[in-house]
Amino acid sequence: MTERLVIIGNGMAPGRMLEHLLEIAPNRYQISIFNAEPRVNYDRIMLSPVLSGEKSYEEIVIHGDGWYVANGITLYKGHKVVEIDREAKTVTSEHGAVEPYDKLVIATGSVPFIIPVPGKDLPGVLSYRDLDDVNAMLIAAQSRQKAIVIGGGLLGLEAAAGLKERGMDVTVLHVMPTLMERQLDPAAGYLLQKAIEARGIKVVTRANTKRIVGETRVEGVELDDGTFIPATLVVMAVGIRPNAGLAQQAGLAVNRGIVTDDQMRTSDPDILSLGECAEVGGRVYGLVAPLYQMAKVAAATLAGSDGEQFVHVETPTKLKVTGIDLYSVGDFADGDDREEIVLRDASAGVYKRVILKEDRVIGTVLFGETADGPWFADLQKKQTDISEMRDTLIFGQSFQGGASADPLAAVAALADDAEICGCNGVCKGKIVSTITSKGLTSLDDVRAHTKASASCGTCTGLVEKLMTLTLGDSYNPAAVQPICGCTDLGHDDVRRLIKAKRLKTIPAVMQELEWKTSCGCAKCRPALNYYLVCDWPDEYADDYQSRFINERVHANIQKDGTYSVVPRMWGGMTSSQELRAIADVVDKFQIPAVKVTGGQRIDMLGIRKEDLPAVWADLGKAGFVSGQAYAKGLRTVKTCVGSDWCRFGTQDSTGLGIRIEKFMWGSWTPAKLKLAVSGCPRNCAEATCKDIGVICVDSGFEIHFAGAAGLDIKGTDVLGLVKTEDEALEVIVALTQMYREQARYLERIYKWAKRIGHDEIRRQVLDDVERRKAYFDRFVFSQKFAQVDPWSERVSGKDKHEFRPMANLSFQPAAE
Amino acid sequence: MNWFEIGTVEDIPARGARCVSTPQGKIGVFRTADNRIFAIDDHCPHKGGPLSQGIVHGASVTCPLHNWVFSLETGEAQGADEGSVRTIPVRVVDGRISIGLEPALMAAE
Ligand code: SRM
Ligand SMILES: Cc1cc2nc3c(=O)[nH]c(=O)nc-3n(C[C@H](O)[C@H](O)[C@H](O)COP(=O)(O)OP(=O)(O)OC[C@H]3O[C@@H](n4cnc5c(N)ncnc54)[C@H](O)[C@@H]3O)c2cc1C
Ligand code: SF4
Ligand code: FES
Repeated sequence: MTERLVIIGNGMAPGRMLEHLLEIAPNRYQISIFNAEPRVNYDRIMLSPVLSGEKSYEEIVIHGDGWYVANGITLYKGHKVVEIDREAKTVTSEHGAVEPYDKLVIATGSVPFIIPVPGKDLPGVLSYRDLDDVNAMLIAAQSRQKAIVIGGGLLGLEAAAGLKERGMDVTVLHVMPTLMERQLDPAAGYLLQKAIEARGIKVVTRANTKRIVGETRVEGVELDDGTFIPATLVVMAVGIRPNAGLAQQAGLAVNRGIVTDDQMRTSDPDILSLGECAEVGGRVYGLVAPLYQMAKVAAATLAGSDGEQFVHVETPTKLKVTGIDLYSVGDFADGDDREEIVLRDASAGVYKRVILKEDRVIGTVLFGETADGPWFADLQKKQTDISEMRDTLIFGQSFQGGASADPLAAVAALADDAEICGCNGVCKGKIVSTITSKGLTSLDDVRAHTKASASCGTCTGLVEKLMTLTLGDSYNPAAVQPICGCTDLGHDDVRRLIKAKRLKTIPAVMQELEWKTSCGCAKCRPALNYYLVCDWPDEYADDYQSRFINERVHANIQKDGTYSVVPRMWGGMTSSQELRAIADVVDKFQIPAVKVTGGQRIDMLGIRKEDLPAVWADLGKAGFVSGQAYAKGLRTVKTCVGSDWCRFGTQDSTGLGIRIEKFMWGSWTPAKLKLAVSGCPRNCAEATCKDIGVICVDSGFEIHFAGAAGLDIKGTDVLGLVKTEDEALEVIVALTQMYREQARYLERIYKWAKRIGHDEIRRQVLDDVERRKAYFDRFVFSQKFAQVDPWSERVSGKDKHEFRPMANLSFQPAAE
Repeated sequence: MNWFEIGTVEDIPARGARCVSTPQGKIGVFRTADNRIFAIDDHCPHKGGPLSQGIVHGASVTCPLHNWVFSLETGEAQGADEGSVRTIPVRVVDGRISIGLEPALMAAE
C-alpha cells in the first residue's frame, strides 16, 4: 500500500524536495500539501523583480496547478495547519481539513520579525515576505508618495529599490552605521550606500525607530533622536525568525528552529523538517542554496535511502538590485590571526577584499566587480594554500598561472567541481556534461535540464561562458541577434546603415548590406519597409508586398479568412448619426458580428474580402476613416469623460485625447502604439498601462510612458509634468518620433525604453527643448505623407486587384 | 488535363498573388520577384489560412495566419512544420497564364 505523505508549507524547500522524491521514489507516497498562502509554489527569491516590474508573478511560478494534477498531489491552498496530532498521526487545517499521515514534513519557513514599537499594527505598515506583501506595496506605490523601509539588509534594500523603481520617494532607515553589515565590511557598506543614494534613495544609518506615527493609518516614523520622517507606507525588513511554533506545540524539540539530525529528521522519527524553519547542526539558514541541499537529503530520507547527509557550506550573498554588483562569502571580521588583501579602484567604484588565515581564504567581499567571486569561494571551500599566488591573488583568477586576462580562459580554468550556480548547487562539470550529453544549445535548455541560472540568475554570465566553451562559436550570446536568417546584421545596425548609406529601397538595402537571400523573407521585409517609410517619408515608395496582409488590405484577417473592420471613433466619442450608419452597414452587408472593442470603438467582424471596399464606401459617407486596428501604427487614444462631465475631472481629457488622435493618426510606428488620457488620477481611461498616457491634474498634465498590458503587464513611468495642452502634445509627439526613429521593428515602447534607459528618453524629449522641437518637426513632416485615409483611397480604386479574384472558373462538367 | 486561361502576368503584382475561384475551391496564383508564376491550393494544411494573402519571398509564401512557409515549387512546408499543399500546373504563353486542372475532378462538380 502506498504511504501517506503530508507536507506543511509549500515553499521553495519542499517544492525542490518533491522534485527529487518524484524522481527517486515516484510511486511510494500519496502526497498532500497544506499551504497557508492561497497559491502554488513560486520563486520567492524573485519577488524583488516582481516588485520592480522586471518580472510578472506568472513568470516566477515554479510549479503551476497542472504540475500538482499531473503528479497526483493534493494541494490545499490557503489552508494553514493549526494542529499536529502525533498520537493519531493527523494534521488539521484552520478550515477543518484533516489529513492522516505516515510521514510528515514541516516546512513552514520563516516569519518576518516585527519590531515591537507603538504603531506597528497601523494600516500601511507591511513586511516583505510573500506575494501579498508585494501586491500591497504595488497598490501603495500607485500614490507615488513617500515610503520608508526599515532595515538596510538584503531584503530592505531590494524592497527600497523596487519601490523607487515604481515611482515612490524612498528612505531607508538602518540601525547600524553601515548597510548590510552582516554580509559586508564597512568599506563595502559605504560604497553600497553611495550606490543606493545615487539612485535617489535616501539612507539614514544609526536610525533607531521609536514609534510609527499615525491616527487611522501610517503617517510617518519617529526616531529615537526625535526626528520625524513622513511616509504613507512603511516596510519592515529587519530580519526573519524560523516559524517553529506549530512544531513546538506538537512537542517536537525546538531550539532556534525545529531541531533535526543531518538526515532532516526531527525528534519524532516520522516527522521531518526542512527549509528556513529547520535547525540542523545547530544552524538555521536564510538562503536557498543550503535549503536545496536539505531538500535533497530529505527526499533521500523519505525514499528510505540512508546515504545523504546535510553538511554545512558557506553560501555567498548577492544583492539583486540591477546595476549593483556585490558578492560576499565567509568570515570577514578583523582579527590578530588574520591577514587581508585589499584592492581599491576609486574611479571605477571597485573594492575587493580577501581575508586569509594561515594561507587559506576564509572570507571575500567584492563590490563593483564580482566576476571572481566564485573563484575565491572555491579556494575557500577547497582550503587551497594560496601562498604561491599571494601577490596577485587579489587580481583574480585570470592573473594566476600565466593565464590570459580573458574571462573565457578564466572559466575554462575552473575545476570541474567548481560551483557555478550557488542557489542550486550546480557545478561546472554537471553543466558541461549535460550540454554535451543532451545536445543543449540555448540558455533556456540549460536552465531546464540543470537548474543552473534558474533561480536568482546572477550566474547567467558564467553559464553562458560555459556554453561558449562547450559549444564553440555556434553559441555566442554577446553576438547581435540577426534580424532573420537572411542577414547577419541586427536591427540596430540595419537602421544605422540605412541612414548612413542613404539606402532608399528594399533592393538597395539587400544589395548593399549583402542579404543572403534573393528577396528576404516574411520577417525582414516588413521590418525594412517600416525603416524606410520612417527614415525617408517623402522619398520612399511604400512596398505593399512587404506588408503583412492586414496592413496591405487595411482590415484584420480572421481565422476563417474573412475580415474585420474597425472605424475610428475619435477619443471614444460617437453620435447617433455614426451609430446609425454602422447599423445600416451591418444590415446591408449582413455582417455576422458587431462588438465593442477594448479600445473604445466598434468592430464589425466576418466581412468578406470582396465586400470591403463597398463597406468602406458606406462608412466613408458617414465620415468614418480607418481605425487602423491592424496597423503597426497609431491605434487608439482612449479617454475618459473628464472635466466636461465628471465631478472629479481636472482638465478636458476627452478633448485632449481627440486632439492627440487627430494629430497622430496614420503614423506608422515600430509596433502598435496605444495612448490614453485620464481626467484625474482615478485614471478611468487606464492611461498608466499604455504605451503613452496622460494623467490630468490640477497643475497640468502628467505624461506617462512605457506601460504594457498585453503579453506583459507593467505600469507606466512618469516622463514629466507639463503645464499646457500644447506642451503635452509636443512632448508626446516628440517621444513618439524618437521611438519611431530608434526602436526595432515590433518592439513596443516599454521594451525599447528599457533598452535605452528612461532617463535618456527624459533627457531628449523633456529636458532638451531644442531636441524635442526637432523630433516634433520631423514627425509633423512625415505626417504630410501618412495622413491619407487608406479606406477612401481604396474606395476610389487603389489596389483593386486585392479585393477581386483574378478569375472565376465555373466550368461545365467535362467537355468530353 | 484541361487548361484554363486565367489572365496575364501583369494582373499579379511581383512578389504577390491573386486567387482564382473554381468549383474545387480557391487556387492561389503567385508571381515571384523574377516573374515566375506558380499555382497552389489557396488553403493552408495547418488551419486553412488563405495562402494567396501571405507574403511572397523567393519561391515561397508565408501563411498569413500562423506563419508556416511553403515552397511554391513543391508545395511542401519548410522548416520544422510538416504538411503540404497541392501544386497546380501552370503554363505561361506570351504573358498569358493558364492553369491545368484534372477533368475527373472537374466532372465531380
Ligand atoms: C478587437 C480587440 C479585442 C476586442 O474585441 O476588444 C483586439 C483584437 C485583436 N488583438 Fe488585441 N485587441 C483589442 C485590444 C487590445 C488591448 C486593449 C487596449 O488596446 O486597450 C490589448 C492590451 C494592450 C496592448 O496593446 O498591449 C491588446 C493586446 C494585444 C496583443 C498583445 C500585444 C503586446 O505587445 O503585448 C496582441 C498580439 C500582437 O500584437 O502581437 C493583440 C492582437 C490582436 C489581434 C490583432 C490578433 C490577430 O493578430 O488577429 C486581434 C484582431 C481581431 C480583429 O480582427 O479585430 N492584441 N489588444 C481590441 C481592439 C481594440 C481597438 O479598438 O483597436
Ligand atoms: C524578497 C525576498 C528575496 C529573497 N532573495 C533571496 C536571494 O536572492 N537568494 C536566496 O538564496 N534567498 C533569498 N530569499 C530567501 C528565500 O526566499 C528563502 O530562504 C526560501 O524561500 C525559504 O524557503 P522555505 O521553503 O523554507 O520557506 P518559504 O518559501 O517561506 O515557504 C513557507 C511556506 O509555508 C507556509 N506556511 C507557514 N506556516 C504554515 C502552516 N502552519 N500551515 C500551512 N502553511 C504554512 C507559508 O505560507 C509559506 O508559503 C529571499 C526572500 C525574500 C522574501
Ligand atoms: S485576446 Fe486578443 S488576440 Fe487573444 S483571442 Fe482575444 S482578441 Fe484574439
Ligand atoms: S493556417 Fe496557415 S499557418 Fe496556420
